[in-house]
Amino acid sequence: MEGYISLFVKAIFVENLALSFFLGMCTFMAVSKQVGTAIGLGAAVILVQGITIPANNLLFQYLLNDGALAWMGLPDVDLSFLGLICYIGVIAAMVQILEMVLDKYFPALYNALGVFLPLITVNCAILGGSLFMVERDYNFGESVVYGVGSGAGWALAIVALAGIREKLKYSDVPGGLQGLGITFITAGLMSLGFMAFSGIQL
Amino acid sequence: MDAETKKVVYDPLVDNNPITLQILGICSALAVTTTLAASLLMCLALTVVVACSNASISMIRQHVPSSIRIIVQMTIIAALVIIVDQLLKAFAYDIAKTLSVFVGLIITNCIVLGRAEAFAMKNPPMISMLDGLGNGLGYSLVLILVGTVRELFGSGTLLGYTILPSVNDGGWYYTNGMMLLPPSAFFIIGLMIWGIRTWKSAQVEKADYEIQQAHHSEVV
Repeated sequence: MEGYISLFVKAIFVENLALSFFLGMCTFMAVSKQVGTAIGLGAAVILVQGITIPANNLLFQYLLNDGALAWMGLPDVDLSFLGLICYIGVIAAMVQILEMVLDKYFPALYNALGVFLPLITVNCAILGGSLFMVERDYNFGESVVYGVGSGAGWALAIVALAGIREKLKYSDVPGGLQGLGITFITAGLMSLGFMAFSGIQL
Repeated sequence: MDAETKKVVYDPLVDNNPITLQILGICSALAVTTTLAASLLMCLALTVVVACSNASISMIRQHVPSSIRIIVQMTIIAALVIIVDQLLKAFAYDIAKTLSVFVGLIITNCIVLGRAEAFAMKNPPMISMLDGLGNGLGYSLVLILVGTVRELFGSGTLLGYTILPSVNDGGWYYTNGMMLLPPSAFFIIGLMIWGIRTWKSAQVEKADYEIQQAHHSEVV
């Protein structure tokens, strides 16, 4: 249990996907103008991370890993080179299914997430999470915790950045730095702030 | 080369750079630039993938129903990335190890999908390939600049060769540790955007909120 809690905290703060691994930066920069939309997108990312990382973990353990096909009587088969294409397929399919389920059963949430849900397929934070899960060899339980935690960390980062940008609107920024430039520098300062967590050992 | 071809290749370098103007493919630009060697390898990988994917997607553009085009594009891109990934693991294992998950993440690099959607679906193969090449080079330009600054000032070396002898090795240069940490990449790219936009003032974004110019008499 302790291991899971420390993994969760680590995924949110110490190894924040957005601010220390720079994943999902394109959306991070483009969709952080308002806090409201940032919260919607953050929620969608937590949901999708929490589902796809465990799903890819099962796929990796029982189909793709070296010797994973032993239960089929094929102990020598190593399909791990097919990883990338399988993970992106799973992510695309999961997002599609999630979209249909939400549309049918939770229309309010579906409308709130709107266009962000399909966009998540090409968000590198999602694929990056799955690849980190494989690289670090998490088991199923850990992958669930890591999925939710890393999603929450990303959501936290984008909501915080949106909050700052809403205030930034009223400040006198030099012409060439307006918009994208100042956002980069803001994100850099936030990333410096998050580095304060990096020494923490859990 | 005729004028149109030139425009397709050279435009993405500065005038329409994928990173500093289109906000595409930023993730890897920030993450892999701690050393110049890793940046160069990443540039090579991405340029190859985006040129090949643009060419192959453009070849089949008239046969793909538009309702499933995204998944078809994804499959082609993923297959190309797997080939690149395996090649890197075979021939440049050490650097491929430092790039870690970022080679795989070329799949979701928005430059690749963005160019496929915006250009390759509408144009013939040859010119699409050149467009891919141009965008790959525009991306490379930013990555190489950031990689050079970070490695030179962070550890005083370039491609592993000592340029500024650091204090630890008996030289005079105090290495700037922050350059090796993640935040520096944000600052460098931010400042780079500032520079480019001061030079090419057409790229400056309009402020959402105009600050009212106080009248001189009011201030007094």
